[in-house]
Amino acid sequence: MPEQGNLRWSKVRRKLFNRSVWRGALAITLGLALWELGRAVKLPLLAAMPAPTEIFGVMLKLVGQASFWGNWVASYQRVLVGFLAAQIVGIPLGLAMAVSRSFYGLTFSTFEIVRPIPPLAWVPLSIIFWPTTESSIAFVIFLGAFFTVVINVLGGARNIDVRYVRSAISLGSRPRDLFFKIVLPATLPSIFTGMAVGMGITWEVVVAAEMIAGKSGLGYLTWSSYVGGNYPQIVVGMMSIGIAGYLSSWAIRLLGKLTMPWLRIF
Amino acid sequence: MATITPPPNTPLTQPLPGDVGLWARLWFRLRYNFTNPESVKNLLLGTAGIVLFVLAWYATTELFKLPRFEKLPGPLAVWQEFTSTDPDFGTSLFTPQYYMHIWWSILRILAAFGLATALGVPLGLFMGWSKAFKDYTFPILELLRPIPVLAWVPLAILMWSGREAPIIFLAFLASFFATVLNTLLGVESIDESFFRAARCLGAKPHHIFFKVVIPGALPFIFTGLQIGMGVAWFSLVAAEMLSGEYGLGYLIWDSYVLSQYSVIVIAMGTLGLVGYLCSAAIRLVGRQLMRGTTRGTV
Amino acid sequence: MSGQSGKISIRNACKVYDPEGVNVCAVDDCSLEIAAGEFCMVVGPSGCGKTTLLNAIAGFHGITSGEIYLDNELLCSSDYTAPPGADRIVVFQNGALFPWYTVLQNVTFGPMVQGVMSEGQAKKAALDLLGELGLRDIADSYPGELSSGMKRRVEIARALVNDPKVLLLDEPFRAMDALTKGVVHEFLLRVYDRMKKTIFFITHDLEEAIFLGSRVVIMTTRPCKVKRVIEVDIPRPRDFHARASERYRQLSSQVVNVVHEEARKAFEAGERELA
Repeated sequence: MPEQGNLRWSKVRRKLFNRSVWRGALAITLGLALWELGRAVKLPLLAAMPAPTEIFGVMLKLVGQASFWGNWVASYQRVLVGFLAAQIVGIPLGLAMAVSRSFYGLTFSTFEIVRPIPPLAWVPLSIIFWPTTESSIAFVIFLGAFFTVVINVLGGARNIDVRYVRSAISLGSRPRDLFFKIVLPATLPSIFTGMAVGMGITWEVVVAAEMIAGKSGLGYLTWSSYVGGNYPQIVVGMMSIGIAGYLSSWAIRLLGKLTMPWLRIF
Repeated sequence: MATITPPPNTPLTQPLPGDVGLWARLWFRLRYNFTNPESVKNLLLGTAGIVLFVLAWYATTELFKLPRFEKLPGPLAVWQEFTSTDPDFGTSLFTPQYYMHIWWSILRILAAFGLATALGVPLGLFMGWSKAFKDYTFPILELLRPIPVLAWVPLAILMWSGREAPIIFLAFLASFFATVLNTLLGVESIDESFFRAARCLGAKPHHIFFKVVIPGALPFIFTGLQIGMGVAWFSLVAAEMLSGEYGLGYLIWDSYVLSQYSVIVIAMGTLGLVGYLCSAAIRLVGRQLMRGTTRGTV
Repeated sequence: MSGQSGKISIRNACKVYDPEGVNVCAVDDCSLEIAAGEFCMVVGPSGCGKTTLLNAIAGFHGITSGEIYLDNELLCSSDYTAPPGADRIVVFQNGALFPWYTVLQNVTFGPMVQGVMSEGQAKKAALDLLGELGLRDIADSYPGELSSGMKRRVEIARALVNDPKVLLLDEPFRAMDALTKGVVHEFLLRVYDRMKKTIFFITHDLEEAIFLGSRVVIMTTRPCKVKRVIEVDIPRPRDFHARASERYRQLSSQVVNVVHEEARKAFEAGERELA
């Protein structure tokens, strides 16, 4: 329909000629230019860092190599395994804690005592306990995302407006209906918030683990570039990790939009 | 029958007589917790839960010596080491080294967190205040933010010379992003009516900044500070494990390398406690500063 | 004396919004004269543009054509908008008392930021006013501890302490229950009797309009235009007995008939209820 098309085009046009967008683009371009110049003039901090042009060159070279993408796959594999494990264990646990007062009482105190310990502090114990390097990395990743998931699910489930529960009961719901048709959908937004935050933590842990003890993956790429003296590649590694992480968050947001059509935030 | 538990109604959120001081409030809360049947039951369950956890830990590692668990340090070993005056591995409540490691970590955290707050809060406030400024700075921030802080390790080592600067830089970065974002969110969450009312009453821009923007964004700022503290610890531990020479993160890694496993648990526990205390301190300061808005119901 | 100033003249005001490339005409050729010291009620269906008019008078945004004058000074025209100021203060729908200041600090806010009074003077003026209005006891409370009726009264006090020419009220009692509303109505009537300020009061509650106002201006659905003006000649001072009088009932049925037609049009046009 021509009307629809016109409206969409005018929206796109608005985006293109939007002052904010131009300002942002200008800022980034200026930043890159200053970085490049700063290197040439040997400014204190910038002198040690590789220049944007070098980085771009290395990036172009790497994009054609299979081993580079192999690192992507390796990192994503680790992220997926640890993250999914955290969701599979964490979401039911959080829901159970929200629903049963006594279960909550029993578990929450221990949970709150263990939670402040940073996930990476678990690395040594994890290595001692688990047979392979991969499984110990996966465990630490699991821990990182696990606590976030449970806290968010708990918060979401406990803050369900009591009126929803009461309407459901007065409409004749049994406990089973109540759980699957009220509690679960109402907690979904918090679950996805927990996932989004948990994904961020997961990537942090993956990168650290790969730097400390990995033999593949984007974190390993970044660290070994440093050790090997290939400084522009460090930045390529960093950028790749950033993009990879952003893509995972985007995937979660997409999943959120699909499962929760009634919300407009995702 | 499944019940959804409504949020606990702690006395701190109910209006107290007059302007009751901090200690009095603490006393009211303690008394409430110990005399109220509901919360006594929770207290008992909580203690039971912790006891169960420790028992399970003991059973798997020292009592039954299950296959992989036996290599882990058990609660008895850890307790012995922690409380002995002449510990095998040189780290216990009574040795100065223990406190030295804590001190180093805390110093670094204070430096990193302090810097992040000093730079981040004003930046966030200004970004919320001026759309033009936000247009120029926000895209750069959003480009850098997805990069996990620990991916900066090699670059940090290149950029900064010395041993301490890269570690503090990493903890700073993590805390900085969280602080700026939450401060910005705080400013943007202030209802338009407050700005309009202030303008009606004759407020000039600098009045609005100091009397509306800052108090209005304060709740979000403190949430951001707590998050910032948490991520600062996260990054600090990693950085210390990779390249430190003192500090709790270093202690964990070093104990692992030297096979002094019980010390690992001591360090982990200490980390958890210190981290918790730091966040609690921020919460306390926040509550004092925002006494007006948190008193009574919103 | 406040009775002499505060005359508002709205001449052929038009306001066109342009949200997503779609022109929305909120106000179309609206003309209205409000005398100094008059209690003017503006009534109309939700979303018809009354708030747009109020915002223009207050200076929060401009108008696309036409003029608005305050005491023969230009407030608003197609290329000029006077900035918001303490000569015409707004009391908002959901209340805008600063939750981080006490009642006293809120009320002294205006004089102090304007620099017209020292802190001591401002405090004294505020406490005096609060005392007159029966709000002295809550001077050191925070808004979070007050009921909605009290909050609204404090907000009115905060406006009054600046001696504005005009008081602009945008459905201030909308969220209140009827009983509280009754009490706050009497409060507002007492304030008006004492200070005789020009009041521009937007509401959709017809009973409130007739009970409080000297004139009821009925607006059409969007775009907003003056449909009818009904003079309310119930004598002042009024109290709740006025609601039972014959004259009140006559005016009530007059207003209802006029408004209902517009309300039906708005409903059928699918105007979204303001949240």
